[in-house]
Formats: sequence, structure tokens, C-alpha cells
Amino acid sequence: MPDTIKSIAIIGATSAIAEHCARLWVKDSAVNLVLVGRNLAKTEKVAADLRVRSPQSTIRSLAGDFIDPLAIRQLVANITSEGSPDIVLIAHGSLPDQIQCQQDLSANHEALAINGVSPVLFAEAFISPMQQANHGTLAIIGSVAGDRGRKSNYVYGAAKGLVTRYAQGLQHRLAKTQVKVVLVKPGPTDTPMTAQLKQQGGKLANVEDVAQAIVKGIGQGKPVVYTPAKWALIMMAIRHLPRMLFNKLDI
Amino acid sequence: MAAISSWGRLGRWEHEVQALTGQEHIIRQLKNGRPGIAHGMGRSYGDVCLNPNGILWDTTKLDHFIRFDENTGRLHCEAGVLLRDIQRLFIPRGWILPVTPGTQFITVGGAIANDVHGKNHHVSGSFGDHIRQLTLIRSDSPPISCGPGLEPDWFAATVGGFGLTGIITEAEIQLRRVPGPWLATETLPYNSLAEFFSLADASETGWEHTVSWLDCLHSKSVRGLFMRGNPTPLALSHGPSSRKLAMPFVPPVSLVNPLSLPVLNTGYFHLKKRDSGQRLVQYEAFFYPLDNLLDWNRMYGPKGFFQYQSVVPRPVGFDAVQAMLKEIAKSGEGSFLAVLKTFGDRKPVGMMSFPQPGVTLALDFPNQGQRTHKLFGKLDAIVREAGGRIYLAKDARMPRDLFIAGYPRLSEFLQYRDPGMSSALSRRLIGE
Repeated sequence: MPDTIKSIAIIGATSAIAEHCARLWVKDSAVNLVLVGRNLAKTEKVAADLRVRSPQSTIRSLAGDFIDPLAIRQLVANITSEGSPDIVLIAHGSLPDQIQCQQDLSANHEALAINGVSPVLFAEAFISPMQQANHGTLAIIGSVAGDRGRKSNYVYGAAKGLVTRYAQGLQHRLAKTQVKVVLVKPGPTDTPMTAQLKQQGGKLANVEDVAQAIVKGIGQGKPVVYTPAKWALIMMAIRHLPRMLFNKLDI
Repeated sequence: MAAISSWGRLGRWEHEVQALTGQEHIIRQLKNGRPGIAHGMGRSYGDVCLNPNGILWDTTKLDHFIRFDENTGRLHCEAGVLLRDIQRLFIPRGWILPVTPGTQFITVGGAIANDVHGKNHHVSGSFGDHIRQLTLIRSDSPPISCGPGLEPDWFAATVGGFGLTGIITEAEIQLRRVPGPWLATETLPYNSLAEFFSLADASETGWEHTVSWLDCLHSKSVRGLFMRGNPTPLALSHGPSSRKLAMPFVPPVSLVNPLSLPVLNTGYFHLKKRDSGQRLVQYEAFFYPLDNLLDWNRMYGPKGFFQYQSVVPRPVGFDAVQAMLKEIAKSGEGSFLAVLKTFGDRKPVGMMSFPQPGVTLALDFPNQGQRTHKLFGKLDAIVREAGGRIYLAKDARMPRDLFIAGYPRLSEFLQYRDPGMSSALSRRLIGE
């Protein structure tokens, strides 16, 4: 039993992966949970579910703007006002249509902002109080798509690549502290976000298994968590594939 | 499009799968689409959950609990919540689903739409008996809330209505107090059908759960194992093993076949007979013995299998069951999973609910094409003659006249049908 109740903040709490992580966190002990989403009603629905699962936990839901830097700063200040959390999970994102992003620069901009800029601003806002407290784990969800640009989804991939590089920088900055930064790279996972992929016959990972791996990786403070684990090998191969061969692949 | 099969694995068909999420989203999805059918875990055996080349509305993302009252045991949840998740969360808190079928890998919505039953029908009825309210989203009208005391006609049409009255999105379930996860059980071998019926009658009072496994190949006489159990506050110190085995591949031929069956059945009978007597069993092992063998349906090979589950009224039950067993023995087709159970004398909740007072026999047969269908024709004749019916959740082949004869409230039910709902089963048995 932990001495004190763990405090956890989840940004993008309505994302299926984040929600399943929360279900695992409340399963074994009471926690102090803050859920943040873009839509309050949807976030409250997730909170209600977690309250049924864990009546002894304290669960708060908040809605906020995920794009405006000042709003992000304020939201995070509100969450950390009573102390820096033990765990922060930054999980939001949306899978854009690549072709649409090529034709419509506003859609492109929006995809880069919500999948790339927004998560790193949240990370930056949280990391200062965490560094000050010299305590806690910040996990941020990237993607295997961020490992190498591919024609089928490089807009999403570039945003997630930004997250990857930012997480590396934070890890370097905090190497001498007790604060851990965990970069999670899920492979395609069966969630509402990937419904279109599933429709095209893609094989998707089970979201419960992915969440299990993330919660475990956060507990261990691993710098990088590929889930399912096989993606570490697949992406190593893809990253190192010579360009001549890579350019022949229809991926 | 995605290739989807049901639990019987009789084939794989292309479907357009659309995940359902929030209520407003569902209303929009139903408005601007072609007809489709709700699909949860796909654990029904035949075509009730299929709609080849059409839309399947995947309900498994509707998996949120909404409210639970610790004092009354009333649980409000979305329809895609799995029975497994309810059991795991609430049994440690002293509450249990009052009715559960033989697998917990099914959704609440599927359990309502098929009005599933368990080993305690004589005490607790079917799943629908414990639903206090449900929300139905239709393609042609605003959402409907209904329950036993609110729009009871809509409720009676939807419980057991195999998805044709709309999409069930939420339900309120009355859970039951339970002292713990253990059951005090007793297994008794029996050697005749008469002995089965007297055990069943004797166990009606004093035993909450009763079921029996039957060796239907044993030609000389019937033999089987009668199992009964009650919840108990007693507990063993060691928990059950959480290890699950899986059928890792589809064998080229059914592992259940005329050569293997006598060995399997005799082996199983003697193995279990050795364990007969009283034992404490954890709920998962008691209610869901097959859930520990993941993908067990693969053992029937690439052609899949049929389940034939009928119920016949009690006065003719003995003769009808005996006649069916005789036909099966004569055909040489055998069933490894043969389950015989009496239903209690209760009025079914739904217009199209399967359980009715009488005795139910469930049999699995590997798909051997014409041979298997020939046997089904003979079994159908016995069921028809006895005034019985066949369970839609298991069916992939019953003829329309048997459906009409077995479900006398069909025309009343059809007044509540949502024109936006259509399944392979509805087209086969109703024509649209």
C-alpha cells in the first residue's frame, strides 16, 4: 500500500487508450484523478464510469482549450495548484486524413497543432512544477508513425515526430533529477480513432493490452515504450531501411 | 469492409463495420444509413448477429458504467459493457449478475436482445427479468426508454427481440447480493433419462443452479452428469488459476468427429464421474468452464459447427428428448457438448424470448453439410410435434414454418420492428 494516495492527471482523458489506463489505475487502489478533455460532457462520462469502478477514488473532470498556449498554461496551473501530480499522462490526438491534409492547409495545420504542438505545450507546462518538486512521471503518447515519414500518413507522423524529439529533449534536461519522462509509441490500436483503418481491414492491437503495457512502462519509468512490443523491432527495421528500398514500399 | 463470422464459424462474410460511440452520434448514424444490425462480441452461433454485405453496428465501444447504487444493487451502464467486467467488479463488492449464460464474453445489449438464460432459470428466470429499464435508439423515431413499468410493450418486444426493435444503448440491471465468489456444488452421475428428470425435480428447491452434461452417443441407455450449486460464504484459500489455454489454430478437419467422439465422451464421463460428490468451485469455473479455453470453437475445423438448442414443454419433455437422442444415435452424428436442463414454470419476459416452461437440450454438431441438415430435419419434426421452439441465438438454419410455429407472438412483435434493422436471420426467417 502506498503511504499517500497517488495523484494522476490525464490530458485527453476521453481517448480510448487514456481511458483504459485510468481504468487500470483505479483498479487496485484509490487514486486522486483529474481528467481533462476538450468536451466536458464526454469527459464527465469517462469520470462517471471510473467513479463506479472506484468509489473510493476522487475523480474530477475539467474541459479546456487544447490549442491556445495561455489557456494550456492556466489549465495546468489549476491542476498543479494543489501540488505536482505523481503521474501525468498526455494522450490526446486525432488521426487526420492524409490526402485532405495535402489539399487543405487548414486541415494540415489543425492536425499538426492537435497532435504535435498541443501535447508538447502541455508537457512543457507540467514539467516545471514537476522539476521543482523533483518528483513524478510524465508520459506522453507519441506513435510509431513518428519514427519515419511515410507517404500514407506523414502529417500525423511529423506531429508525432515532434512529440518524440521533444520527449527526448525533456529526458535529457531531467536526466539528473528524479522526474521521469516516458515516451509511449503505440502501434495501430483498436479505438474509435482508428475506425477507418479497421474498416480497411487493418489488424489492430487490443486497447486493453496497450493500456496494460503503458501503465507498466510508466510504473517502471521506461524512457520509451513500444506497444505492442513487436513494433520496436518493426520500426527499427523501417528506420534503418535504405532509402532506395524504402521508397519502393507502398506504406 | 471486414470479414466477420459468428461463433459457429460457418463462414466469413464481408460487412461494413461502424463503431457506435455517443448517443447523438448513433442517432445520426441510424438516420443516414442502410439497414444494419447491432453486433457486440459475436458470440451468438448462427446468423442473428450477421448482415453480410451490409452494416454491423459495433457496440463494444459503448462500455461505460454510468451509475451504481451500493445500497440497492441497481447498476446503470451502457449496452456494450461485458458481463465479465460486471462480475469482476461487483462480486468482490457482494453483488452478482442474477442471470448469466455459459460465457461471460458477451455484452449487456446482446444478453438482453437474446434474453439469455443460465443454470438458475427455475429460480431467477432469464436476463430480461432483471432489467429495470433500457434505452432504445431507433432509426425512425426519438429514443425510447422502456422497462417493466414504463412502455412495457416496447420492453417486451425488445427483450429477446434479437436486435430488430432498434439499438439498445443503455440498461439498468438489478444485481443480486452474493456472499462471495464461491459455490458449493455437487456432481451426480445419472444413467437414464428418468433419473435425470427426478434429479432435476428434486433439485428445484434447495438448489439455485442446475445443469447436466449428457453423453448422447451412448446408445444403450442415456448417461450423464448432473451438476448443481449454491452460492456460499465459504472459500478455499487458493484462488483459481488464471491461466487460459487457447486453441491456437484451426485444424484441417474437425477434432470432434465420429472417430474421436466416443473416446471424448467416455473419457469426459469417467473423468468427471471421478470428481463427483461435493466441492467448492469458484464462479468462473462453475459458470464459464469453456471461457478458459479461448477460441474453442476452432476445434470444429474450417467448416465450423452448428448448435441445436430446443425447448419442449414438460409434459412431452421426456418422450421428445428421448426421441431426439435416438435420432442422434441412429445418425451416428454426435455431439460432445450436450446440455440438458429443465426450465422453471415462469412466464417469459419478451414476446420472442426463448425460455418457456419445459426442458431444453443443446447440442453441438460439426458442419458435415447435407448429413447434418438431414439430422436437423428429423430433430425439427420432433420439436414441432412437441410444440417446442428453437433458440434464435444458436440458430443458423431452422425452416421458417418451425420459427412461426415456435414463436406465436411473432406478428404482435413485428409491430415494434425498426425498419432500419435487418440481419441475415431476420431475412431468412421473416423475409426482410
